[in-house]
Amino acid sequence: MSAATLTPPLNLEADSRISLRSHIRHTGALVRRNLLWIRQDPESMFDAVLMPIVFTLLFVYVFGGSIGQALGGGQDQYVQYVVPGMMAMMSMNIAMAVGTGFNQDFQNGIMDRFRTLPIGQGSVLFAKIVVELMRLLIATTIMMIVGILVGFDITNWPGLFAAVGLTALFGTSIMWIFLVLGVVMKSAQAVQGMGFLVLMPLQFGSSIFAPTQSMPGWLQAFTDYNPLSSLADSARGLMVGGPVTHDVWVTVIWSAVLTLVMAPIAIHKFRTKN
Amino acid sequence: MTRIDKKPPHSGDGGRTASVTVRGLVKHYGETKALDGVDLDVHEGTVMGVLGPNGAGKTTLVRCLSTLITPDSGTAFVAGYDVAKQPRQLRRVIGLTGQYAAVDEKLSGRENLYMIGRLLDLSRKESRSRADALLERFSLTDAATRPAKTYSGGMRRRLDLAASMIGSPAVLYLDEPTTGLDPRTRNEVWSEVKRMVGDGVTVLLTTQYMEEAEQLADELTVIDRGKVIAGGAIDDLKAKVGGRTLRIRPADPLELRPLAAALDDMGLTGLATSTVDAEAGAVLVPILSDEQLTAVVGAVTARGITIGSIATELPSLDEVFLSITGQKASAPQDDTRTSELEGAAV
Repeated sequence: MSAATLTPPLNLEADSRISLRSHIRHTGALVRRNLLWIRQDPESMFDAVLMPIVFTLLFVYVFGGSIGQALGGGQDQYVQYVVPGMMAMMSMNIAMAVGTGFNQDFQNGIMDRFRTLPIGQGSVLFAKIVVELMRLLIATTIMMIVGILVGFDITNWPGLFAAVGLTALFGTSIMWIFLVLGVVMKSAQAVQGMGFLVLMPLQFGSSIFAPTQSMPGWLQAFTDYNPLSSLADSARGLMVGGPVTHDVWVTVIWSAVLTLVMAPIAIHKFRTKN
Repeated sequence: MTRIDKKPPHSGDGGRTASVTVRGLVKHYGETKALDGVDLDVHEGTVMGVLGPNGAGKTTLVRCLSTLITPDSGTAFVAGYDVAKQPRQLRRVIGLTGQYAAVDEKLSGRENLYMIGRLLDLSRKESRSRADALLERFSLTDAATRPAKTYSGGMRRRLDLAASMIGSPAVLYLDEPTTGLDPRTRNEVWSEVKRMVGDGVTVLLTTQYMEEAEQLADELTVIDRGKVIAGGAIDDLKAKVGGRTLRIRPADPLELRPLAAALDDMGLTGLATSTVDAEAGAVLVPILSDEQLTAVVGAVTARGITIGSIATELPSLDEVFLSITGQKASAPQDDTRTSELEGAAV
C-alpha cells in the first residue's frame, strides 16, 4: 500500500465555523447510526410498539367502566377521555429512553470519538432527538390505531394532526431534560430510576387518566399547573371538541421554555463533560 | 490500491508543522494533581513515548491534547493550533485511539468507518471507498459487515485504529494501545502502528511497557504523579537504565551484600550500579551485552559466591523508575516480562 491512501481528504483551510449544511449532514450520519441500531437490535423498539397497545387496552378495560360511569356514561365515554390523554403519556415515556440510551453511549468510548471530531457537538444530541421523535410518532400512531379499534371517535380530524404536533413539541422539550440527565448521571440505571421518580407523579398527578375535579384541593393545585394536564386537555379539545386555546398556549409556552433552558444546558454539559 | 485523495499530506494551516508543544500543563481533580506542570515536545514525524504507571497522568495528558478536557493552566499546541482556543481546527488534524476501543459495537466495521467519514465531511462515495480501503489495510475486509461486538479484542483495536485514520490525521494519539491484549495481538497492533509511522504521522504514544516504548518510540518521556521525571532519546534512556537487568539470587541469603559489593567492585557497566532487592533476596544489575552477563557470572563465581538463581529481564517500568529516581513507581505494576536462564528468581 502506498502513502497515497493516507493523504488528508479534509479541507484544512476551511473556516472553523460549521455550516448549516454540515450540521445537517453530521446529524444525518448520526441518525443513520441510531436507525442501524434498531435494525441490529429490534427489541429496542418494543417500548414504542407494545407500550401504546398494552397501556391503551389496560386503561380502557380496567378503569373504563367505573371512571366512565363517573363521567356520566360508560366505557365509551372513558375511551373518548383517556385516548387523547395517553398521547401526553407517550410524550414522556418515550422521552425517558433518550436519556438511558445517551448515557450508555458514554460507557463505551464512542462518545470520545465523537467529541474529538470536528463536528458541531450539538449534532450528537440533535440526532438522538430526531430518532426519538420518530419513535414517538410510531408510538402515537399505534396508540391511535388501537384507540380507534376500541371505539375512539375523532370528531375533528385536522385536530388529530395538531394534537400529534403538540405532543411532539412537548416531547422534545422533555427529551432535552433527559439528555441533561443522561450526560450528568453516572449510569443508565440511575437515569431510569430518576426518570420514573419524576414520571410517575407527573403522569398520575395530571388530567391524563382521570378528571381532576374529585381530587383533593392541594393535588388539584398541582395538576392545574402540571403541563401534562395542559397537553392532555389540548389533545382532547383538538380531537373531540371543547375549548382548547388556553391549554394549547400553556403547552406551547412550557415546551418553548423547557427547550430554551434545557437544550443549551445539555449541549454545554455534553461539551464540557470530563 | 486506488488513489483516493488529491491533497498533499499535512498541508496544515499555511504550512505549520505537525508537532506537539506542551508547556506547564496543569490539570487538577479536586486535591489530585493529574498533571502538575508537564512540558513536552514531539517533533514532526516522530513517535514520542510517554511512559508511566497507572495514574501517572498519561490519559489526562492525552485527553487535554485531544480537547476532551480543558487544562487548568499551561499551554498546548498541536500542529500549531491552540488546544484551548482552537479546538475545532485542532480536531481536524488529530486522531485518537484510546484504551477502550471507541467504536460503535452495534454497527458493523464498515458502517463505523462510513459514519466517521460522513462526520468528517467526506462525500458518500469518498466515505465508502475510504472505509473499504482502511478495512482492507487493517485486514478487516472479511469481517466488514459483522457488528463490531462480535470482533475479537485485536480486531476491535484495529477497527479503532482504522477509525482514527479516516481523517488522515497529522498527529495521532495512542493511549495505551495494547493494554489488555495478548502478546500475538499486541504484535499485530505494533506492526500497524509502525506502518502508520512509516507514512509520516506524528505519534504520541502512552504506555506502561518499556518494551512497547522500545518497539515504537523514537523519544521517551517518563512521567509520574503528573510530572515529567525523565526524557530523551530512547537509546540514551536505555543506556541509563541498562539494556537488560540481571537478577541474581545468591544461594545463601547472607551473601546478598557481599554479592552486591562484588558487582559494584567490577565497575562493569559504569552506567548504573547494582540495586539490592532485599525482599526477594536478589541483586539487580544492569547489563548491556551477553559478554557482560558471562563476565558477571565469572566474577561472582571467582569470589566463591554460589548462585542460587539468575535471570535476565527487560527493564520493567519499576526498574526504569528505580534507576531514574531511586524510588518505586507510584502505582503497582502488573507487568514484568522475564526471560529466565535458570531457576526461578522472581
